[in-house]
Amino acid sequence: MGIKALLVLADGTVFEGVGFGAEGETTGEVVFNTSMTGYQEILTDPSYKGQIVTMTYTQMGNYGVNEEDIESAGGIKAEGFIVKEACPFPSNWRSSGSLVDYMKKHDIVGIQDIDTRALTRRLRTHGAQMGIISTADRDPLSLLAKVRTLPGISAFDLVKEVTTAHPYTWNEGCWKWCSPPHPPLAKKGSEPTLKLAVYDFGIKFNILRNLVEAGFVVTVFPAQTPAEAVLETDPDGVLLSNGPGDPETVTYAIEAARKLITMKPVFGICLGHQILGLAMGGRTYKLKFGHHGGNHPVKDLATGKVEITSQNHNYCVDVNSLGGRVALTHTNLYDGTEEGMRHVDLPVFSVQHHPEAGPGPNDSTHLFRRFRELIEGVAV
Amino acid sequence: MPKREDIRKILIIGSGPIVIGQACEFDYSGTQSCKALRDEGYTVVLVNSNPATIMTDPETADVTYIEPLTVDVLERIIEKERPQAILPTMGGQTALNLAVDLSEKGILEKYGVELIGAKLHAIKKAEDRELFKEAMTRIGLEVPRSAAVISLKDGLDAVRELGFPAILRPAFTLGGTGGGIAYNQEEFVELLDKGLKLSPVRQVLIEESALGWKEYELEVMRDRKDNVVIVCSIENFDPMGIHTGDSITVAPAQTLTDKEYQRMRDASIAIIREIGVDTGGSNIQFALNPENGRMVVIEMNPRVSRSSALASKATGFPIAKIAAKLAVGLTLDEIRNDITRETPASFEPTIDYVVTKFPRFAFEKFPEADPVLTTQMKSVGEVMSIGRTFRESLQKSLRSLENGSYGLEPVEASAEKIKMKLKIPGVERLWHIAQAMRAGMSVEEIFDYTKIDPWFLNNVKQIVELEERIERSAISGQRSEKLTADSHPLTTLREAKEYGFSDHRIGQLTGMTESEIRRLRKELGIRPAYKMVDTCAAEFAAYTPYLYSTYERPFYKAGARPDVSPQPESEASPTDREKIVILGSGPNRIGQGIEFDYCCVHAVFALRELGFETIMVNCNPETVSTDYDTSDRLYFEPLTIEDVVNIIETERPVGVIVQFGGQTPLKLAVPLEREGIRILGTSPDSIDRAEDRRRFKELLHKLDLRQPESDTAMSVQEAVDAARKIGYPVMVRPSYVLGGRAMEIVYDEDSIRSYMERAVKASPEHPILVDKYLNDAREVDVDAVSDGEDVVVGGVMEHIEEAGIHSGDSACSLPPYSLNEEITEEIKRQTKALAKELGVIGLMNVQFAVKKDEIYILEVNPRASRTIPFVSKATGVPLAKIAAKVMAGKTLKELGFTSERAISHVAVKEAVFPFDKFPGVDTILGPEMKSTGEVMGIDEDFGRAFAKAQASVNNRLPLSGKIVISIRDEDKPGICDVVKRLYAAGFSVIATRGTAEFLDGKGLPVEMINKVAEGRPHIVDLIKNKEIVFVINTVSGAQAQKDSFSIRRSALQYGVPYTTTVAGARAVVSAIESLRKKKITIKPIQEYHRKG
Repeated sequence: MGIKALLVLADGTVFEGVGFGAEGETTGEVVFNTSMTGYQEILTDPSYKGQIVTMTYTQMGNYGVNEEDIESAGGIKAEGFIVKEACPFPSNWRSSGSLVDYMKKHDIVGIQDIDTRALTRRLRTHGAQMGIISTADRDPLSLLAKVRTLPGISAFDLVKEVTTAHPYTWNEGCWKWCSPPHPPLAKKGSEPTLKLAVYDFGIKFNILRNLVEAGFVVTVFPAQTPAEAVLETDPDGVLLSNGPGDPETVTYAIEAARKLITMKPVFGICLGHQILGLAMGGRTYKLKFGHHGGNHPVKDLATGKVEITSQNHNYCVDVNSLGGRVALTHTNLYDGTEEGMRHVDLPVFSVQHHPEAGPGPNDSTHLFRRFRELIEGVAV
Repeated sequence: MPKREDIRKILIIGSGPIVIGQACEFDYSGTQSCKALRDEGYTVVLVNSNPATIMTDPETADVTYIEPLTVDVLERIIEKERPQAILPTMGGQTALNLAVDLSEKGILEKYGVELIGAKLHAIKKAEDRELFKEAMTRIGLEVPRSAAVISLKDGLDAVRELGFPAILRPAFTLGGTGGGIAYNQEEFVELLDKGLKLSPVRQVLIEESALGWKEYELEVMRDRKDNVVIVCSIENFDPMGIHTGDSITVAPAQTLTDKEYQRMRDASIAIIREIGVDTGGSNIQFALNPENGRMVVIEMNPRVSRSSALASKATGFPIAKIAAKLAVGLTLDEIRNDITRETPASFEPTIDYVVTKFPRFAFEKFPEADPVLTTQMKSVGEVMSIGRTFRESLQKSLRSLENGSYGLEPVEASAEKIKMKLKIPGVERLWHIAQAMRAGMSVEEIFDYTKIDPWFLNNVKQIVELEERIERSAISGQRSEKLTADSHPLTTLREAKEYGFSDHRIGQLTGMTESEIRRLRKELGIRPAYKMVDTCAAEFAAYTPYLYSTYERPFYKAGARPDVSPQPESEASPTDREKIVILGSGPNRIGQGIEFDYCCVHAVFALRELGFETIMVNCNPETVSTDYDTSDRLYFEPLTIEDVVNIIETERPVGVIVQFGGQTPLKLAVPLEREGIRILGTSPDSIDRAEDRRRFKELLHKLDLRQPESDTAMSVQEAVDAARKIGYPVMVRPSYVLGGRAMEIVYDEDSIRSYMERAVKASPEHPILVDKYLNDAREVDVDAVSDGEDVVVGGVMEHIEEAGIHSGDSACSLPPYSLNEEITEEIKRQTKALAKELGVIGLMNVQFAVKKDEIYILEVNPRASRTIPFVSKATGVPLAKIAAKVMAGKTLKELGFTSERAISHVAVKEAVFPFDKFPGVDTILGPEMKSTGEVMGIDEDFGRAFAKAQASVNNRLPLSGKIVISIRDEDKPGICDVVKRLYAAGFSVIATRGTAEFLDGKGLPVEMINKVAEGRPHIVDLIKNKEIVFVINTVSGAQAQKDSFSIRRSALQYGVPYTTTVAGARAVVSAIESLRKKKITIKPIQEYHRKG
């Protein structure tokens, strides 16, 4: 038996459970993720900065954690973790420790033994909202008071907290599952020929791995790097990465994107897609409880094919607001929301979902090749 | 993409009778696909030989043929119906194999019929081991190193390369029939020889052993636009080496990281594309080396399967229905998800619970069979259960099995025996694992013996550890008012329920009764919450009330009044409608199978027609009853008193139907009534009156009806005395048994003594019944329906085999083929008198024996019988539906069913046996039921109907050739007529010495052949050399049975048709005579029913 913990939502709902990981208190926007695997990737995904993640699948930690399945340096980025059960006895040939110890090591507070389905249903009907997990304060009313003083997630520029401090180059490709001995350590992808500048708004490593795999020489820049500085390096194309929070708060990036799109082929993913939308004069809107999972069907409107995608976003681009300069390329078949767009004249396209997977299906990884082909087409 | 307009009529091939490896799941898939295709506007022609299916109901398809699943019959159906397409992926391996045959014989081309779903090349690529291996290598996937061999010599060469242990898999066989693991050369030669014979293409795959590796399955769907989705991942608790049908399996996969899961997902997508399954579902199996993650592809089934039924029930994604729609050109994004309504079927279900499938075995029926689990499937059924954690779902599955277990009960075993039980997988391995843990064995050591992933073992260990805490918790003797919210016993009890412990098991651990635990639990407010299976982990609202129970934690509003004790969130939200709960029949087993699911489904249909809300409770994932759109509400729950009462307290129905699901719900009738729950239909007291020996005797006495002389015995001496008084032979059995369990005919005192020693051990509280055995009596089954006022006979069936052979194993004919009118009428009169006296409301089945024009009553069962679907299909009268309506208060007059439907055709039911799955088991029939399923032959006369039934159980009757006869003395007088008729039909006859001499004496000279013990060439040589076209072999006495065992076994092995009774032989001769005169009729049952 662990220590008692409370989760209190801004609407006053209280869940009593058992703390795991670090002890203490944490706050954030509570969202749910429907992926059944990939908790380590989720926890280390910088897009979860400012959020407490609830997993809808009940048994977490079964395969432990390892050195490889991380999506960012420096450990867990989510503010807190809510699960039905965190497994204390991981079993997997690559496991190097338990989820619980991992949470402790990175000083992240978690709560288990609560009805995560009831919580999910609540978030579904009442929307994502701020919440607090505490193993210290056992008074629901006191916790509720604390939660109510919290500003919403849109109040901050969370990108600043997760972007890299200095530019760096990346040359690790996707994993190859070759014959044993494993583990599937990083290997170089195809011969790199094109130079790519990547804006890190909280980038997931798997995007970088896929870019290398697609044949790019990748240089990663801090989010606040001015467009000019990037253009000075004379890249063949620019990628705007995923990241946390409300796109409207990342004004400097919107500014940079506005300049870049007229100069270079640009590919945006998730927050990068939203920033592109804003840069091109459109608007974004917030979803009730966001999309977080690995099973959303997205239709490629050009081919009519459906891809099962990895999703993690709370905001969407209203493509109609872009006034005909931009065409909708992908839609989410669950709720009809925008999942991708391309500029009608410029070599610029973006998607809301995560073609890099990690976690989630690899159905959309071909988009990295599409980006390369786009650049090559422009070059010709 | 719009659906195809060039196709209008589609033929669906069913899977035939229930056998090990092919059970109700194909009724589920067949029914779904019929409905789906008709909804899309296609005309559906269905062929299946199994009458006990919803798919063969006259309403399910447009045109339904209950005919043998043979190439000849299918060709005639195709010729007559001229469908544009065949959907071969819904009827298991049977349908797939037939499609291959039809295609290769040019029949499809001749009639311009297209295979939809899976084309011939895809089927072959998936099924032919060599082609499959090549295909996998092409897409960069590994398969276990292997060689496909067609001879013993090739095999020996191959195994020298691959090493021992080696796995053998014969190509194109059911449930891995004939497969196995060879640890040495001798075993290898034996298995290979058998495998080559069993494989229809004489090909066996010798494979590198991946024994002990982790085993996974993925269910994949693909549409015409090449969209692919994974419906479900399944991880096996039991590692490689045990057939997945015999393994405990869990969904979703538990111990794969996302990277590893996606790798498997990518591989699955690549495989379905490479194999070229155009549309529909496939099942792909993988093995993973737990030490280094090396992944190999084991096999792919390019069709819906048992696992896809499980995946459908586990996720709410109806694979078969969607596969059918994809086959006609719709794409996944054009099909709606029924459960969420707003989202399309082009998605991957995500679940927020754990599903456990647990196999159910029937080794008690086959004491000679080797009960070790191998790569050949041996289980006869399965249960599925759902819980929020693996522990909860595992424990729910244990009590769903209905084999007397309510949890991980301790087993008596020495340390040595436990080790053995861990190393050699058998039915009770899980219980031995728990016992090993109790004895202090570490998870590491258990892993060394079992190779079961430590994650699973640690979960079992948590259960065992909690058991200790429950024992020490001092729950017993507690009074609820003294327990505060944080008191130790309360939290332990709550935790126990969250771990899935049954009240029964908690009672055992605390020395209290189950009902005391239930009362305590209720007083403490520990009640289950119901959660929905919704395909999406609550991301979207769901509209289909498909529910499971769990014990969850409550939540509350901050600052809520402290006196309001919070309850967990339940999604049951019962309606205010008038509702009826129908209890299903649980796992398939011998004696209780699909027939009862058929009845339950009919009850649902009928009650819905009357405007009731129908609520189904069942735990068998293979069935139509557990389809989320069969009933209004589905509770996927164990059928125990605890789980059923919880549902009833939630739903508050007007009543419960226990009559249709066989013994499983019937056993609950009295306890439910005790809880104040209304049982609809025949009262539990009337049921007791029919089942209690003493009360039954009084009943018959009152009605002046006769029964074979009988007595009861509590001890060996009493049994011996009773038998002497009654006179041998006698039939002995324990009271309250199903399927003739432990029932035997004994001819002398020694046998009864040895029987009593075995039987009394089996069932100590119940007396042993000793009945006069009426040898040479004809047995008759009658099904009737009664509303308390009127009784209408549904059908009178005369058995082919004599009384003494379990009615479930006998063939039977409707109408009777040899009884005279007078006897039949008297039987009907007696049936009606019994129904009236018992106050039957609903169905009743009576078994009679007729000996020398005397009628004896053997048994009365005031409930749905195994023959209900057969009678309904034969006559066109939906008896189960009528009965359900009667139970809900309608009268037979109101329903317009006041007289028996006379028919001018003949329907014959035949049983199918699992002998081919159990090497070493004799094929002789007796009072203990051994069949797993049934078929129906229907035609204008008895002979042809019987011949069709035989063809349907793969016992194809010859029209010429040499027949071998070897029979016991008692049967000899009866055989003369058979031999005369065989001669008249142009057969030659060869007989063993005694039989030949007897026939010679009667002026019927026959050729003579040695028995096996008499030197060579002997009878088995002839069978092996295929010189024999039919075997007639009857025996009595253990020694004679042993001596002639190899005759029957080799007949089975070499596919030579046989009979083990003279009555059977007579029927065979009649059939042959008919067949020689006329061709069998090919006619849909809708036409038979119209004619009446």
